[in-house]
Amino acid sequence: MVLTAANSNKPAPTGQLPANIMHFARVLRDAGLPVGPGAVLDALEAVTGGGMATKKDFYWILHSVFVKRREHTVLFDHAFEVFWRKPKMIEQLMQLLFQQVRVETKPDKKKAGQKRLAEAMFDQEEQQSQRERPRDDIELEGEYTSSAREVLRSKDFEQMSADEERQAREAIQRMRMNRLLVRMRRFKTSPRGVVDLRATLRKSMRSGGNMAELKFKARQTREPPLVVLLDISGSMANYSRVFLHFLHALTNDRSRVQVFTFGTRLANITRELKRRDVDEAMELVGSHVNDWSGGTRIGHILREFNVKWSRRVLAQGAHVLLMTDGLDRDDVEVLEAEMARLHRSAKRVVWLNPLLRYAGFEARAAGIKAMMPHVDEFRPCHSLNTLADLAEVLSGSRELAHDPRRWLDQAADKLAKEGTA
Amino acid sequence: MPKKLPTSIDETVQLLSTGSYIADRPLATVVYLALKMGRPLFLEGEAGVGKTEIAKVLAQSLGRDLIRLQCYEGLDLAAAVYEWNYSAQMIEIRMAEAEGVDDRDRLQSDIFSDRFLIKRPLLKALEPHTNGAPVLLIDELDRTDEAFEAFLLEVLSDYQITIPEIGTVTAPEPPIVIITSNRTREVHDALKRRCLYHWVGYPNAERELEIIKRKKPDVGDQLAQEVVGFIQALRGQDLFKSPGVAETLDWVSALNELNALALDPKTVNDTLGVLLKYQDDIARMEGSEAKRLVEQIQSEIRNRA
Repeated sequence: MVLTAANSNKPAPTGQLPANIMHFARVLRDAGLPVGPGAVLDALEAVTGGGMATKKDFYWILHSVFVKRREHTVLFDHAFEVFWRKPKMIEQLMQLLFQQVRVETKPDKKKAGQKRLAEAMFDQEEQQSQRERPRDDIELEGEYTSSAREVLRSKDFEQMSADEERQAREAIQRMRMNRLLVRMRRFKTSPRGVVDLRATLRKSMRSGGNMAELKFKARQTREPPLVVLLDISGSMANYSRVFLHFLHALTNDRSRVQVFTFGTRLANITRELKRRDVDEAMELVGSHVNDWSGGTRIGHILREFNVKWSRRVLAQGAHVLLMTDGLDRDDVEVLEAEMARLHRSAKRVVWLNPLLRYAGFEARAAGIKAMMPHVDEFRPCHSLNTLADLAEVLSGSRELAHDPRRWLDQAADKLAKEGTA
Repeated sequence: MPKKLPTSIDETVQLLSTGSYIADRPLATVVYLALKMGRPLFLEGEAGVGKTEIAKVLAQSLGRDLIRLQCYEGLDLAAAVYEWNYSAQMIEIRMAEAEGVDDRDRLQSDIFSDRFLIKRPLLKALEPHTNGAPVLLIDELDRTDEAFEAFLLEVLSDYQITIPEIGTVTAPEPPIVIITSNRTREVHDALKRRCLYHWVGYPNAERELEIIKRKKPDVGDQLAQEVVGFIQALRGQDLFKSPGVAETLDWVSALNELNALALDPKTVNDTLGVLLKYQDDIARMEGSEAKRLVEQIQSEIRNRA
């Protein structure tokens, strides 16, 4: 088919190939890969450069130009399969979308990204017309999408009111004033510090080298990377909205924030939160994460985080903010081991527990006791209804009151008293 | 004398193989394209899968100079591009004073001349080399910070550097740039966009065996097969850090030093520290688990034979 044009060593740049590559790039772009017009030109150059011997080479040539992240390989792979190898597959996808024929036999196996790909293969108008069709057809679409992914709950957030938005801005403002800074190894000019020889010499040239006015440089400071792990299980359901609003404001205010949500599975929502508009961001998060208000398996989630993500996001002295109530019915041993590893890989671990707002809180649940020795700070927060309180809690200085040992000792004391009584 | 660049993917595989680098076809494809299109090659992957080695082998087998820039946090212009030799400049100024030179322009051009310039890797890579454009290895880019990344973006788009006191240095022929990253931080998309990207994974059993045979020719066939089987099985386990190719080669050397001709559970237990670098992983694999794996692999090899 189209490949014949590319197989000869000196292909004519005319023919179907440039157009096909362009269409392929459009499919990739619609499926969510960041493919710009520059990449299309690169692909053409790479393909017509010769040296291609097999179909597999063609695949890897396009791969090296279009794929810039490891995660995109899967999507690229499916797109390539569908676009270049199996023209019939397109028809199959169309049939699925338009329900011209009921497919009785199940397609072999649903692969990740297939739904996005199916959407990308057909242009906006078709999707539009499909949406306007009667209910019957919409049901089929639902069937297809849900079989490609697990059936899980998604979440609709109440939209943010103007008042809340103002509060968010104020809260962030307050945080900026007493934020935590670490010194970098990089220098910049400063009125005091160590002598900057380069600047001094250049300055002295103005006077012909006769006089040298000393110039100084000092270490730059910046905020350390922040990694947020947010529990969205059932017991935390009441807080997730206000937390997410806060995290959205935070992500857009400073760089190097990574946000993960977890319930029964771990999801990185940093890219979704980067949307400027808060409601748009919330909508994306709501549909991206699909284990809202379910159970929680903190130990296993932390293990997944440690293995898959810790080396990617915990470098350069990152601080970890853990927002969870620590109520975990899972294996406590796993929880303790993984918490210890997290503590070793991160510069500082802060645990924000909404249960602390109850005056009678004690560190007695097994999960909480297992996690407590491995956090640097255990933050109480008396009311968590507004963003302002949350910002206050996070920007406060490190005090003895937040030392996790205090809570553990209290619990031990109480237990001892009960034992003697 | 510099060799000619390969003209096909097969030639690239050949070229890398002369430098004892056994590349799979996807990697050879992307290396070939990078050479052909004059684009930087961005290699990501776990530690110890042979990312840095590619640059070394390319330089060696193409007969080019290898210039290496090891990245670290706080890497700045003075360490990456150039620096002035301040003490020599100061002496020069004193000398000029003693001689009574009062021509400012002359003094300025004297002390900011090539003589006082200390060249660092990036500047060196842009200079003309007698044996063709050098291979520039920018190692572990993820260790540096965003500010350096932005600067690199500028260098890699035009292959030129401006030194305010002298002028612009432009490369007569763009260097062959290889960038590696362990992904401890996500490198910005703008930089990735200018590069050809490749994820370097763990090799399959067949290729790993070939690598051992090429790199450690004095190792017996049985030991090599068992080692590869064991390591491949280890990568399937739920470990915090799976062993890379570098660890495989280290382990083979270690076993060879111990005069082992085949794997036995005791030797495996004693040398596990060569393969696994986390205590949790070692604790998980030690003892009965290692024994089970060794037995499983040995019976597999026997069945195949």
